[in-house]
Amino acid sequence: MPESSEHTITREQVAHLADLSRIDLSDAELDDLAPQLSVILESIASIQGVAGDDVPPTSHAMPLTNVYRDDVVRPGLTAEEALSGAPEVEQQRFKVPRILGDEQ
Amino acid sequence: MSYDDAMAQFDPAFGLEVHVELNTATKMFCGCPTEFGAEPNTQTCPTCLGLPGSMPVVNAKAVESAIRIGLALNCEIAPWCRFARKNYFYPDMPKNFQTSQYDEPIAFEGYMDVEVEGETHRIGIERAHMEEDTGKSLHVGGSAGRIHGADYSLVDYNRAGIPLIEIVTKPVLGTGARAPEVARAYVGQLRDLLLGLGVSDVRMEQGSLRCDVNLSLTEQDSASLGTRTETKNVNSLRSVERAARYEVMRQAAVLVGGGSIRQETRHWHEDTGVTTSGREKSDADDYRYFPEPDLVPMAPSREWVEELRSSLPEPPHERRARLQAEWGFSDLEMRDTVGAGALGLVEETVAAGTAPAAARKWWLGELARRANESETDLGSLGVTPADVARVQALVDEGTLNDKLARQVLDGLVAGEGSPDEIVGARGLAIVSDDGALGAAVDHAIAENPEVADKIRDGKVAAAGALIGAVMKEMRGQADAGRVRELILERLR
Ligand SMILES: [Zn+2]
Repeated sequence: MPESSEHTITREQVAHLADLSRIDLSDAELDDLAPQLSVILESIASIQGVAGDDVPPTSHAMPLTNVYRDDVVRPGLTAEEALSGAPEVEQQRFKVPRILGDEQ
Repeated sequence: MSYDDAMAQFDPAFGLEVHVELNTATKMFCGCPTEFGAEPNTQTCPTCLGLPGSMPVVNAKAVESAIRIGLALNCEIAPWCRFARKNYFYPDMPKNFQTSQYDEPIAFEGYMDVEVEGETHRIGIERAHMEEDTGKSLHVGGSAGRIHGADYSLVDYNRAGIPLIEIVTKPVLGTGARAPEVARAYVGQLRDLLLGLGVSDVRMEQGSLRCDVNLSLTEQDSASLGTRTETKNVNSLRSVERAARYEVMRQAAVLVGGGSIRQETRHWHEDTGVTTSGREKSDADDYRYFPEPDLVPMAPSREWVEELRSSLPEPPHERRARLQAEWGFSDLEMRDTVGAGALGLVEETVAAGTAPAAARKWWLGELARRANESETDLGSLGVTPADVARVQALVDEGTLNDKLARQVLDGLVAGEGSPDEIVGARGLAIVSDDGALGAAVDHAIAENPEVADKIRDGKVAAAGALIGAVMKEMRGQADAGRVRELILERLR
């Protein structure tokens, strides 16, 4: 991935991220989006400038920890319900296009 | 290239990634059941199908199991950690990401001591982290269910979301030619440890314990590690050893031929015993991990961690060492006992009052043979440690001899009831009553006059032939000691 200066995102980086996210962007869209995303990064950088080293990065808006559920079975969906939104069904399974590459 | 030739030039380093499905009643982030073998797509809900608007909630039992595994592997337990999204596009995860842990595993920096033929190898544990299992894909068309050449795939999401713990070792160096054996022993002893913790069924054949083997070769005098391959889905203990051995020989042949090893995923083929090239590392491995916004951080209290630590069972190697000392078994006897999966059975039999050597004799001899014949394991024979203890007690008190005891075992395997019921129903008890024995002895003497003469002449060893005749007549149920006395009383 090409290097970028601290608060900008290059057109190549946007194209790469779009590819990973399976978003098909045209050349014109890439030209348009890269500067916009750079503006967002700059805005975030100015917020980071205000926060001191004593403020840890935030991943969650609420100061909660340890929210757990007891290990007790709850009724879910029937196979018919689960498959009702599937474009295609075969052998009570979701039918999906041929997969390229390996399983994870 | 032969394995020995490869070893003369190269040093193997290996690492193992083991995925363990926990045996919780419900999935990692939803209340769906986790039973193996259910009809396809009957154990799902909006959360594990990744439907819009659904929200995950962490299963407390899974966190407890993860911490107990971490502690049993001598790991640090993170005071604070988060789940992360591992983003990828593959239909085995309907959300287009797998909820996993990235740079904040719940357990890290541990070790497990693995014994191979009396030598201890300390295997470093890099991390044990929590994640969720994926759905199961069935590939249709092409050749025999493989991805390549398949026309389409069918996905069952029953397994999607089942709690998984991934246990990753540090690179294991310095085991030399033993590397494949040590790798196998690690997985075997890890399985025992997980079984002892009661956190997983650890059934490799059902996929509740799955193993990836990383292996690289280094030139004998070189300081840097070679390029490694990652062999996926090595799903039996034997295969772990075979796959590691195969990769050693394959990589050595490539290197000696002037080639280089590609960093790639490889597939293990159980039937042919080879690995084949999968895919190279690529952009697809850029998973863009980020903290899972729908799950709040976990911060296991130190009190809870210590409470879980104090409830851990005795570590497997300490238990083995203790039992071996208590029982007075040789190293070989102990290894056979462990190898036969009979450690717990022998332990319980001894606890029920049987001498350790006798307990081992029955489980590793007669019962192991019967288990082999019916292609099952010792624990599934239908014979309990209490049964074996009772059979041995009947031998000790003289009601049964070994031959009769074996018939009682037959009855136990056939489900004919308790040992005492079988002795009664089959009429197996030894006869030591002088009336019945005396008649049989008189008969044997009359039938074998020349043998009787020899004994009269002082050749006492000849009595064996008469004892045999009496035993035959009484279908093995005579008290051999008493028969001998009666013969000698009559002929001297
Ligand atoms: Zn669910």
